[in-house]
Amino acid sequence: MNIKKSLKGLVALAIAGSLSSAAVAAPTNAEIFDMMQEMKQELKNLKAENNELKGTVQEVAVSTDEAIKAQIKLANKSHWGGYGELHYNNLEGQGPGVSDTKKIDFHRFVLYFGHEFRDDLRFFSEFELEHSLAGDGKPGEVELEQGYIQYDYNETTQITAGLFLMPLGIMNETHEPDTFYGVERNTVEKNIIPSTWWEGGLMVTKELKPGLTADIALTSGLEGTDAKSYKIRDGRQKVAEADATSLAGIGRLKYTAIPGLELAASLYVQPDFCQENVGGCGSAKMIETHAVYKKDKFQVRALYARWDIQGNAVAAKGADQQDGFYIEPAYRYNDKWGAFVRYETYDNAAGSATDTEVDARSIGFNYWIDPTVVAKFDYVDQSKANDGDQDGINIGIGYSF
Amino acid sequence: MMSLLLVTVTSLFARGVYQTDDDFISETFLNKPPENSSIMLGGDVRKKVALLLGHPYGGLIIKYWEKEGRTAWILKEIGKTEPITFGIVIKNSKIEKIKVLEFRESRGWEVKYPAFTKQYNGVGLEGDKLDKNIDGVSGATLSLWAMNGVSRVALYLSTTIK
Repeated sequence: MNIKKSLKGLVALAIAGSLSSAAVAAPTNAEIFDMMQEMKQELKNLKAENNELKGTVQEVAVSTDEAIKAQIKLANKSHWGGYGELHYNNLEGQGPGVSDTKKIDFHRFVLYFGHEFRDDLRFFSEFELEHSLAGDGKPGEVELEQGYIQYDYNETTQITAGLFLMPLGIMNETHEPDTFYGVERNTVEKNIIPSTWWEGGLMVTKELKPGLTADIALTSGLEGTDAKSYKIRDGRQKVAEADATSLAGIGRLKYTAIPGLELAASLYVQPDFCQENVGGCGSAKMIETHAVYKKDKFQVRALYARWDIQGNAVAAKGADQQDGFYIEPAYRYNDKWGAFVRYETYDNAAGSATDTEVDARSIGFNYWIDPTVVAKFDYVDQSKANDGDQDGINIGIGYSF
Repeated sequence: MMSLLLVTVTSLFARGVYQTDDDFISETFLNKPPENSSIMLGGDVRKKVALLLGHPYGGLIIKYWEKEGRTAWILKEIGKTEPITFGIVIKNSKIEKIKVLEFRESRGWEVKYPAFTKQYNGVGLEGDKLDKNIDGVSGATLSLWAMNGVSRVALYLSTTIK
């Protein structure tokens, strides 16, 4: 009896439950499909968002890494760099004492090293291997071209002590191959300045007005010799156990207040050009002046330098006056290409009655592979004394960093 | 003559802080500077900045100030070995002014002179380059490149926040 009652109750409950489910409208198959599509899209969106977050985390990691590297670089107080240049010369010579020049030469390999002791005190050096191979009977030299301590005395005054580049000329202080036209450096600055020229001593640099700077230095001096016909370039002692009997003084005024323009003049004096080792050799004085003007794509460089050296022995060689000048217009077509022409003339025995002048006409171009990596080509026609002549091409590649 | 040079002190500055960041921002917005905003250098922005600068920027976030269509940026870039701090104001995608705020290099400080920096006034971007040639100062080539680099970056970043 009780079992019968129970069965009746279950049936009644099942019917009631069935009616209740029907009342909340069970989803159709289509609705279930739509719901699944929505869930699928939601899942897709979540996956995309997850990937984006992963990407962002990776970007942050990369950016952080770069930022840390940059900060380490800034915090590092020691710096290094360098430059170098490989030259190929193919020149044909005619006339007395003039020969062909056909050679390839890693002319200069230079490493810089500097260190900041404090914000106002630093060291800088330049170490050079010339012509690739140095030693007895080898063509090259290992040279310390710079090695000095520089101190900022105040906001406008720097004191430099040690071995430094002399403050004169256009190329003596800035001569990385990517900064000038022509495979070889111009002959006037090479033979008359004589670049690269460094001495040991003390120099004060003062910013007098915006764009007007003065340098004045007391340095070691040159030592001219009769055997080398008192040529300026051969008088460099390179601060290598140099004779310091006759020290020298040099001063420069430089004006750079107008963008693109540099005007400068230098005066060098030395009481005895031969370090008192040659009778008939006296004081030496050199004046140098130059202008650099750059406007848009056009640039022109012009320089004049002249030495006056006292003494009968020097005059007998015609070396009492040595001078030269050059002018070099150039056109920078774009970031990659630039072309130039140059006229230059110099004479290491301008005081002699004979023809000793050398002059040259050059034309060529530079191709900057990168802002500080350059390939160069030029053609040069050089006229030498007694109707000598040498002409041909130069090809080079250079870099700095 | 050396001693004469040493004792002659003027108000010029070869190296050092010429203007603080705060003073530059205050001057730019006439003593009423807005709150600063920032851009995180991620994704395409980071890549583009690296392209314009020639190397990755040495930071993760760049702050800027924006008010009435002008944006001001303070960016650092190495000249030869030391960072130079520049302040740059952009308006209508052109440089309104650029200043060297701090210079630490031992050479090339001539780029700080107004006669030099005024060349940048009105300069915009043409592709990835400045749309005007800037005449350099002899011996200050690396400082010039640094200034050109941050100019390109500021001009580009000002377009990313529109």
